[in-house]
Amino acid sequence: MKIIVCIKQVPGTNEVKTDPVTNTIIRENIPAILNPFDAYAIEEAVRIKERRGAFIYGISMGIPAAREVLREALALGIDKGILMTDRKFAGADTLATAYTLSKGIERIGDFDLIICGRQATDGDTAQVGPSLARTLNITCATDISRIIEIKNKEMHCLKITDDGYEEILVKLPALITVVKEINMPRLPSIKGMKLARRAEIDIVRFDDIKADENRTGLKGSPTRVRKVFVPVHQVETSMIEGTLEEKAQKLSELLLSMGMEVK
Amino acid sequence: MDGIDIIKDKCVGCKACFVACPYGAIEFVEKKAVITDKCTLCGACKESCRFSAIVSEMDYRQGSDLSRYEGMWVFAEQRYGKLKPVSLELLGKARELAARLNAKVTSVLFGYNIGFLARDLIAYGADQVLMMDEEWLGDFNDRIYGELITNLVKEHKPEIVLVGATSKGRSLAPYISSSLKTGLTADCTGLSIDDEGLLVQTRPAFGGNLMAEIVCPHNRPQMATVRPKVFKPLEPDYEKRGIITRIQKEPIEGLVKLIRNIDNAEGQSLTDAEIIVSVGRGIGSAANIRLAGELADALGGVLASSRPLVDMGWMPYSRQVGQTGKTVAPRIYIACGISGAIQHLAGLADIDTIIAINQDPEAPIFKVANYGIVADVKEFLPLLTEKIKQAKKA
Repeated sequence: MKIIVCIKQVPGTNEVKTDPVTNTIIRENIPAILNPFDAYAIEEAVRIKERRGAFIYGISMGIPAAREVLREALALGIDKGILMTDRKFAGADTLATAYTLSKGIERIGDFDLIICGRQATDGDTAQVGPSLARTLNITCATDISRIIEIKNKEMHCLKITDDGYEEILVKLPALITVVKEINMPRLPSIKGMKLARRAEIDIVRFDDIKADENRTGLKGSPTRVRKVFVPVHQVETSMIEGTLEEKAQKLSELLLSMGMEVK
Repeated sequence: MDGIDIIKDKCVGCKACFVACPYGAIEFVEKKAVITDKCTLCGACKESCRFSAIVSEMDYRQGSDLSRYEGMWVFAEQRYGKLKPVSLELLGKARELAARLNAKVTSVLFGYNIGFLARDLIAYGADQVLMMDEEWLGDFNDRIYGELITNLVKEHKPEIVLVGATSKGRSLAPYISSSLKTGLTADCTGLSIDDEGLLVQTRPAFGGNLMAEIVCPHNRPQMATVRPKVFKPLEPDYEKRGIITRIQKEPIEGLVKLIRNIDNAEGQSLTDAEIIVSVGRGIGSAANIRLAGELADALGGVLASSRPLVDMGWMPYSRQVGQTGKTVAPRIYIACGISGAIQHLAGLADIDTIIAINQDPEAPIFKVANYGIVADVKEFLPLLTEKIKQAKKA
């Protein structure tokens, strides 16, 4: 089996600190990390490899420093890291990202399965996976919580939804996005880390892919960020005081009064 | 550098761009802005500059005949013949936006034996319903539904397409936008029309710590998925008239086959819940979770949890609220023994009232709570449940 895992480097924290006086964003050197959801995607690919044999590619689009998250993925058990990096890829929205990744994936050739994390923790859009599947014109199944069986070019899975779960059959080749329920990612082994340090990461630039310049990066992005701002959460917290008994009494009255308003 | 450049002569060093840049990619050298390698070309700086000193390549586009696109579309999501509340919320918002654009509101309704829902869509704000009622559309399938809507959009050319940011909507919308090669903004919490008639889409980023306003200036339709419970539906008006158009198309083959639905128990959906009682580490043991469950039952609410309890195997993942779990927007959220880490707060959307119960008066959850109680949840919850039961009897 040939499996491709999509990997993104994201800021290590989502905390946005603001200067209380000027209400401007304070930035420190925030370390970059592997998108937490991608750890589940990598783990699931490695588990499939252990069960039935597979070759796993990890592909990322990002700045040159994103090499580091590919090394992490290599230490965890993927076989080859590919970094798509070029100024012509910068400023991409989800559509341009999906297009660019699709070109990198076409370069790999035939594959059976693409695994993505449900979403990246910086943008939280959950759009690149489904958009990539559409661009490659393959099956898409989002929010997979369990792979039950892979057989005869079909994958039997569980998908988590707003209403519960769906048991589904997915025709391969397919792209799935996975949620954290699917597995418990392992820690890298010492041997894996050694291998990863020495491993060569393929660098793919714009000129290496047969891409339309008008569809990558900022040029290829229909959406534009017009403004960003820090939301103001001005909450007046009323503390309910008293003995434990009194607190319970007051809160119970409060809850019931709020209940009355609606029903 | 490709993309964004500073015209040095025009830059006055006011630092407005420095403030606007979410990536810390602007530095000042000799009181002039300089763009560093951290730049992602998001364009936020350009918008902030009052001196036209920032230029970018972004001012190009196919923008040929956008005026041919008109009207607002809302995808009507239904399950077992019941409309999702978010679809009705979107119809209400679409009406308001359509009034500004002098446009019509169309709802797209697919399924099997769902014809009766078209009246509801009109009552809640649609002028027109495009409906396909076919056996092969009985189960939602993003490829089948997506392909059909893509073709309808090509035919009718709506200016704006809105989809609820439900689990289904969030896989359907990217199918359509990618097929049409247009923009899509995920999980919006605000929508408005600007002076140029563009749809301004506001959405949280960085786990809700930053808000972004996004536009899609040169491609049509402008598409967004919108978070449930952000907008209020209109009062339904069953006197209102509208056009219901039945459409027939050749069946399309899906690549994902539904074997069966494994539904949560009735009224257990976190995303639809009005009252959520959520437990965190302060509950102490897996056995104590029942104390919060009893409170949830007494209030007619749903039980949820923070991440540590799921990681320890005390609660199922489907109950997890937060960035790596579900985003919820109940009317009342009662956080029991939850410290309020930023990742947890990212899962709290538009909540009218947050009540926090925590032993630690310094817990960050109190900063976002409307009401706070410093108490040990293990002792406090049984008392509270008892008080509520008594009051209900009275």
